Amino acid sequence: MKRALVALIVLAALALPPAALAAGCVQTTVVDLEDEVMCPVCGMPLGLAREAPQARRERAFIARQIAACRSKDDIKAALVEEFGPAVLAEPPRRGFGATVYGVPLVAGGAVLAGVILALRRWRRAAELERLR
Amino acid sequence: MRALAAGAVVAVLALIALLAYGVLFSGPTTSIASALAAGRRPPAPVLELPHLGADGTARLADWRGKVVVLNFWASWCPPCRDESPLLERWHRRIAQAGGTVLGIDVQDVTSDAVRFAREYGLTYPMLRDREGDSGRPFEVRGYPETLVIDRRGRIAAVVRGPVDEAFMKREVAPLLEERG
Repeated sequence: MKRALVALIVLAALALPPAALAAGCVQTTVVDLEDEVMCPVCGMPLGLAREAPQARRERAFIARQIAACRSKDDIKAALVEEFGPAVLAEPPRRGFGATVYGVPLVAGGAVLAGVILALRRWRRAAELERLR
Repeated sequence: MRALAAGAVVAVLALIALLAYGVLFSGPTTSIASALAAGRRPPAPVLELPHLGADGTARLADWRGKVVVLNFWASWCPPCRDESPLLERWHRRIAQAGGTVLGIDVQDVTSDAVRFAREYGLTYPMLRDREGDSGRPFEVRGYPETLVIDRRGRIAAVVRGPVDEAFMKREVAPLLEERG
């Protein structure tokens, strides 16, 4: 158990860029960012594009940013600067893409309203039953 | 009942028409290739992009009157690496005769692209397309791809993939002798 823990710590340390580690400013890792950004040429999240040459370059770019002690948000901004907003693995907040944010809210509201209505009806029915 | 059946038939026909449209028109556009195959030179689409590693923008029209070898490339693309020395050699060769290679660096990290150009000693002008949209009107589907634009701003030849000496001799050299 102890050995496994030590191995895990060593692996984690290896996964961190040495310069960032030395500077003591580690705020994120490549792995952490991989699911939140796209490989624009591959058309898929960076985490899924393992072997594509552009994905490798993008990973190297992120690693350089981490080594320069940049935060996750700063790195995302740098990626947008390099590849445009489509590099972010999130739908746009305007136009049709905004429905991705709106639909869950509307659906959640509808479910909540349904539950409230059902509860009221059930309560009223129970009261009527008691009066009878 | 009859109206319902008629409505269903119309709906099915509409669906079939939609499917047929999708099958017929969703394939890659090849209007440039077909125009060239028919012996026509279609006008080059408008292109305006920032300079790679420098301030300001440039338009393809800025090189009107010259033969432009428009090369879409990226530093992460291995075949682009292979064809770069040939493009540089040809740029030097055609510069005196009113020709130029114009590189469009696509979806690339700027510092990687600048390093690439320095590594291969590329002296021809380079523009940067961070989002990769500029190639769409040129029907670019992969990298590298090269289009040859004549002195009048018309597409005269295209190669989907790396260029070679034979292509440059066959497609670029004769254009230099044409008048603008």
